[in-house]
Amino acid sequence: MKAARFALMALGALSLFAALALAFALHAAHASGWALAVLALTALATWVYVSPRFMAWRYIAPGGLAAALFIVFPMLYTLGISFTNYSGEHLLSYERATDVLLARGQGDGRSMAFTLEPQGGDRVRLHVQADDGHRYASAPLTLGDTVRAPLQDEPADAPATPAADLRTLTAQVPALRRITALLPDGSEMRLLSLRRLAVERPAYVREADGSLRATADGARLVADIDEGWWRRADGTPVTPGFRATVGLANYRSIFGERRFYQPFLRVFTWTVTFASLNTLFTFAIGLLLAVALNWPALKGKPGYRIALFLPYAVPAFISIPVFRGLFNENLGEINLVLFQLFGVRPGWFSDATLARSMVLIVNTWLGYPYMMILCMGLIKAIPDELYEASSLVGAGPLMNLWRITLPLIGRPMAPLLVASFATNFNNLTLVALLTNGAPDYLDTAVPVGATDLLASYTYRIAFQDSGQHYALACAIASIVFLIVATIALANLRLFKVGQSAR
Amino acid sequence: MAVVTPSNQRWRVIAVHVALLAFITLTMLPLLTILSISLRPGNFAGGSLIPKALTLDHWKLALGISVLGPDGKWEAPPFPVLQWIANSMKVALVSAAVALLLSVTSAYAFARMRFRGKRLTLDALLLLQMFPSVLALVAIYAIFDRIGEWVPWLGLNSHWSLVLAYSGGIAQYVWLIKGYFESLPVELEEAAFVRVLLPLAGPILAVVFVLAFLSAMIEYPIASVLLHDESQLTLAVGSRLFLFNQRYLWGDFAATAILAGLPLTLLFLFTQRWLVSGLSAGAVKG
Repeated sequence: MKAARFALMALGALSLFAALALAFALHAAHASGWALAVLALTALATWVYVSPRFMAWRYIAPGGLAAALFIVFPMLYTLGISFTNYSGEHLLSYERATDVLLARGQGDGRSMAFTLEPQGGDRVRLHVQADDGHRYASAPLTLGDTVRAPLQDEPADAPATPAADLRTLTAQVPALRRITALLPDGSEMRLLSLRRLAVERPAYVREADGSLRATADGARLVADIDEGWWRRADGTPVTPGFRATVGLANYRSIFGERRFYQPFLRVFTWTVTFASLNTLFTFAIGLLLAVALNWPALKGKPGYRIALFLPYAVPAFISIPVFRGLFNENLGEINLVLFQLFGVRPGWFSDATLARSMVLIVNTWLGYPYMMILCMGLIKAIPDELYEASSLVGAGPLMNLWRITLPLIGRPMAPLLVASFATNFNNLTLVALLTNGAPDYLDTAVPVGATDLLASYTYRIAFQDSGQHYALACAIASIVFLIVATIALANLRLFKVGQSAR
Repeated sequence: MAVVTPSNQRWRVIAVHVALLAFITLTMLPLLTILSISLRPGNFAGGSLIPKALTLDHWKLALGISVLGPDGKWEAPPFPVLQWIANSMKVALVSAAVALLLSVTSAYAFARMRFRGKRLTLDALLLLQMFPSVLALVAIYAIFDRIGEWVPWLGLNSHWSLVLAYSGGIAQYVWLIKGYFESLPVELEEAAFVRVLLPLAGPILAVVFVLAFLSAMIEYPIASVLLHDESQLTLAVGSRLFLFNQRYLWGDFAATAILAGLPLTLLFLFTQRWLVSGLSAGAVKG
């Protein structure tokens, strides 16, 4: 027990050390904000593990920290990104985008011949000869490293080095590309061809007032911090752009611009319809099956139970593509059978109504067993006497369902139905693997289709096609968060009511 | 028990049997068709649902074995399916171990200790569970992109990033284990937590491990955002590569689907009893 205590203390000290090292590394990498966050977290953790007041929190802290870092923080970060212009065009931070511009070189038309003098192993010396016969040489350097090699003047009568053959040079091209040779006057040279280096000068230099000057035409570039661009005097932006805080601009686009609010409304309507209909269908089928399986007169229940449960047990990432294949318009088995029987080949992926029906059919297949299991559990708890009494007065099965079963399981079922609604509201996996939103609307600015749910819509805006509109996706996701939060809070109340009723 | 039996009960029983069998046939058809497709030569729908000729080619390709095509050329497996299975297993086993470690310690505190803010924390956990991670995908992507700049093996396209991203979703397991701990008499662990309470909780810990393992095996959205190299993919992300209109590998997919899906299905059937009780505590399989 003593040894275990010691091991735990050592582990704690080690974690503390690792956290401090991380904070230091972050600070060195100019991410001081993150470094500060890590320090604050470390201090909090140390306090929790040293002070006797927080005995219970010592046990909760690891799990709580994981939940905070990978569930709560991403949600807050989503909201944060939604106020920026983070996208394919504005991918880098201001510092990084500026560094990219400052590192950009521009050839000035001059080039020089070069040869490599082997120094044993990967080490070589670089010899350069200008067209006027002036010669330079570098100190020995290692091929494969990214190096900036200063060149020294070399006497014109120094013995010439034999040029390496083309095949050797070709093999070394990737390594040669990483070498920047520096002439004594400060200009840089990079690989131009197998025999020559091009003289380059920086395309942009920083001025004293913080602006940039283009060396080619002397134009002045000013950073537009509000919109995330370095701009020329006439307003033309210079790529790459950088991340900038744009306030509510994304939300104004979503609610103010027709090309954004029209698809948003369509997708929102379909999302609500899909989630409601799906909850209704799965519950109705699940309830009917549960009632049938709870009927004392029925034999062979365990077999039925397993067979009916099976669709839920098959992993969704398998069963959804299976349906994608079966429903394929030209190659799928469903249209094969329909064609042989009725001579029709419905366009399951090209007609909006058919595509939506298919999505509903598939998700009902996936989801009814869950409802069935839940209903079976709840129906078992209903006392048999109620049904006996009702059969005495001559009530049929339908009457029993409406008058006894439904009212009694309604209350405990309510939060589960709401949870099912919320889950299907965000059923990205279904849409991503089944239709990927198809059929797409043709009249919209962003990629969106008739079967897209809000979740898959944001996914496509962010990760598919060319856009990478991360910030816009985050703004839509934040709106959905708000909707889900409302549902979740309402549900927590329902859940408690249901628990106290049981 | 005095059950009143109506005279037409026999016919009703038969009708229910017929209806149930018809329903089961309908729901099982897709699964049976997949079996037939995996044994059928070629990758396109033939003239009938029952294959006229049988071939094991799709199965060989799924298992990474090249097959001799009809044109006399060797056909290499289209995708590294076994590599994907290994990736999924690695991620799922490590995530399950992490989830178990994190949830068992939290659950112990919630079940046995009294402290301020306990009710609130439990509610918060339950509430968090209802927030789907699919809405935070961009943020998760950006976070791991940033982490990767400093620690490449934890960044995008690494399996450890996936393990970390999954480690937050433990609320459902905390509730499950907490409920079990509460059902054990308090006097027990006054002797010792590790030597007495943990072995007693063995069954529920095994169930939580399997549940966490399964949920990591079948997770699609986060994995599809964090991983992109074909050799790094998990099975859930890789399996969608089979069915593109330009390259439609229906038969190969069918074999892979059964190969990968059957073990997971069986495992799920064994644990579904506990899963459903966990589900009704507010969490739904996604």
